[in-house]
Amino acid sequence: MPPRSRTPRKVAKLPVIKGFKPYGGVLAEKKRAIKLLLEEYEALRLCDYDHMNHQKAAEAMGVSRPTFTRIYASALEKIARSFVLGHRIMIEGGHVYFDSQWCFCKMCECKFSNPSKREEDHTCPLCGSLDTSPMMKTDSNSGCGSNACR
Amino acid sequence: MKYAITSRGKSLDARIDIHFGRCEYIVIYDLETKGWEFIPNPYKELDEGVGPMLVELLHEKGISRIVSGSFGINIKDLLDSKHMQMIIPKDNNISVSSIIEMIENR
Repeated sequence: MPPRSRTPRKVAKLPVIKGFKPYGGVLAEKKRAIKLLLEEYEALRLCDYDHMNHQKAAEAMGVSRPTFTRIYASALEKIARSFVLGHRIMIEGGHVYFDSQWCFCKMCECKFSNPSKREEDHTCPLCGSLDTSPMMKTDSNSGCGSNACR
Repeated sequence: MKYAITSRGKSLDARIDIHFGRCEYIVIYDLETKGWEFIPNPYKELDEGVGPMLVELLHEKGISRIVSGSFGINIKDLLDSKHMQMIIPKDNNISVSSIIEMIENR
């Protein structure tokens, strides 16, 4: 039987850096890098930077609490390994997707989601107008009016 | 680029369906070939889980953009994870042919 397929993990935003390099030490540059997955970075961010508990963080990433704990443990293990052994850390890969944002087209007044965070494409998919704006969650008249908009 | 447009009837003059999961028909419009086809919604009569099943079907057909009057509460995460875009036109009574016209002229 093929292994059970993994649920993609939701990541709020990409890290601002691509990784970390050790300082000092012998031949640190030549040592191989440890690959920290994007979901592991996100787990660390939610837990230790945003101070969420595992339950809350698991909900934010769209995975179960035990799965979250596993991802988080793996992140800590990798970081400890790179500290002790002096390996570089590269933040890349993983099975993730990015939370899309609702946009509003000022031309045809339609609303659309923007699923690919990597490309900053805000062209209206209906009329092709570039005059669109992201809808902020704090806006008083935010939301697409449908249930999907939270 | 393939679009899926929910439709209330089996004609291009029909208006778009305001419900994604329980729409009557789906128009699949291919921007490259300018061709379109109607498929009846196979899950319309089911009690639950309609949205995710329909997303799966549309994903297999290579659709990346969905136009509908509204989407259900749980569907955004699934569509995001499959990189499918949701589009909600301003007017719920707009016809499928007007949508296709807008897409072609964009």
